[in-house]
Amino acid sequence: MMAPAVILLLGWMLAPLTTTLYFSFKKYLPLRGGDLGWVGFDNYVRFVTSSSFWPSVYTTLIIVGFVLAITVIFGVLLALLLDQPMWGQGIVRILVIAPFFVMPTVSGLVWKNMFMDPINGILAHLWRFFGLQPLEWLSQFSMGSIILIVSWQWLPFATLILLTAIQSLDREQLEAAEMDGANNTKRFGYIILPHLSRAITIVILIQTIFLLSIFAEIFVTTAGAFGTKTLTYLIFQRVLESQNIGLGSAGGVYAIILANIVAIFLMRIVGKSLDAKES
Amino acid sequence: MGFIELKQVTKNFGDLQVIKPLDLEIKDGEFTVFVGPSGCGKSTLLRLIAGLEDLTSGSIQIDGREASQDAPAKRGLAMVFQSYALYPHMNVYKNIAFPLKMVGMDKDAIDKKVRKAAEVLNLNDYLERKPAQLSGGQRQRVAIGRAIVREPSAFLFDEPLSNLDAALRVGMRLEISELHKRLNTTMIYVTHDQVEAMTMADRIVVMNHGVIEQVGTPLELYRNPKNLFVAGFIGSPKMNFIEGSWAQAQGAHSVGIRPEHISITAEQSEWKGVVKMAESLGSDTFLHIQDSGVAETLTVRADGEKSFNRGQEVFLKPKKESLHLFNEKGERQ
Repeated sequence: MMAPAVILLLGWMLAPLTTTLYFSFKKYLPLRGGDLGWVGFDNYVRFVTSSSFWPSVYTTLIIVGFVLAITVIFGVLLALLLDQPMWGQGIVRILVIAPFFVMPTVSGLVWKNMFMDPINGILAHLWRFFGLQPLEWLSQFSMGSIILIVSWQWLPFATLILLTAIQSLDREQLEAAEMDGANNTKRFGYIILPHLSRAITIVILIQTIFLLSIFAEIFVTTAGAFGTKTLTYLIFQRVLESQNIGLGSAGGVYAIILANIVAIFLMRIVGKSLDAKES
Repeated sequence: MGFIELKQVTKNFGDLQVIKPLDLEIKDGEFTVFVGPSGCGKSTLLRLIAGLEDLTSGSIQIDGREASQDAPAKRGLAMVFQSYALYPHMNVYKNIAFPLKMVGMDKDAIDKKVRKAAEVLNLNDYLERKPAQLSGGQRQRVAIGRAIVREPSAFLFDEPLSNLDAALRVGMRLEISELHKRLNTTMIYVTHDQVEAMTMADRIVVMNHGVIEQVGTPLELYRNPKNLFVAGFIGSPKMNFIEGSWAQAQGAHSVGIRPEHISITAEQSEWKGVVKMAESLGSDTFLHIQDSGVAETLTVRADGEKSFNRGQEVFLKPKKESLHLFNEKGERQ
């Protein structure tokens, strides 16, 4: 009974994977002679020995790491805040979630032109208002800017998951802790944070999968310049800018391996925290 | 010490006054039970004493000291919650140790106290387990253990047995009563179950609609209920209420008589009725009698050895000296 679903899924995943693998062993330059035959592991060797490979891996990991840290920390704080009863709660919650519905390309362009433009951007006006020299965000603080944009996009997701987790906490546990003499900070550390641990691991897992492949935000802002070239972006450049499909495909295979290594680690962590809850 | 005094305490939720001005004294070492139907304000009153809710007006004194504005932890009271409220990610040992850790006690002292409490509650074999691995009764004991180690001046229980099955409930009832005898600490216990109230309490506080209806020992309430509500609430099966001409003949607006104070006689007697249903409990049989002419149904206790058939006609004789007489307002006269 599951066969149709399994076949569909396999086709969906296997077709691109096999094409990528097929091209990664070929010298294939569409504009410079087309298919030039099998080259073995040449593309793989060239991709990793290229001077831009390791910097792109670092860039990827730095962006992923910082965005995760920012979204989780601020996500927990925002979730705590939104859990408090307040006037206009419904509207505030919708507003907080809104950035998640903005397409990455759009949000990248909005940040680039509306906020970070050194002449007409809102931030430039703000800086001038305080008598400061406006920053050239995307060139001087390129990494910070990208991290800021991506964090802004993913914060709502983290907040939403963590908010539902906070709401599922048994109020009597907090009251018991209060009677046991735990103040606000201790209640957070001993009761709320452990309760959130599972939700946090899930947020980290899901976000990592998506953050490893962020592209649009970089494409429309720095276009990979100023040290913001991630592994995904490097592959894009190899395929479309250098018109070298074989080399790009080899990079794609590396990206799959990297994603799987991360996924295995994360699955182990998540598995552990799920087991811990069960027992 | 655990002497608690409430003076003109009220509590409003919005426009609704859930606790109407009330005074109550709870003596040191006493086992007091708050009992009443759901929504009568008994849990709210307990939470006011605990400090989990703020008073709207009035004052609470603990051991003669004004405590109305104190934070819950400062009042020296420990509470056992209906859901037990154990910390799920901590094992039993850490759960019991938590309040001591919060006051900054050193590790050796904590260890000594936790092990002593675990011994008292038969939890020694479970110290390493997480709450999810324990049965309902064991969880209950951990919650009590967490309260005991603090050596509070009073224990507050909020319907602690309502999540347990009937057999376990009887066992835990005894355990809590024994604990009270051994510790001799003030305990305040909230329940909607009048059997729990009758069996455990030194003193019962019957509440209804945010008002204290009567305070007294279990037998005082059983023998001398102050009004119709208390008369109907205390005792199982319920007291029979008779209105109309027979009641007026006794000089009252309504008359209450307990099932055990009506006897079944072989020969013609004061009342006559038809058995609608007979509930045999083995030791006793409770008969529901119709067509008696005095009340719609009468509940009568009969000897468990005798058998009765549906539709059988029986003669009934009320014990005149055990009647409870009430006036129009429902007050005892």
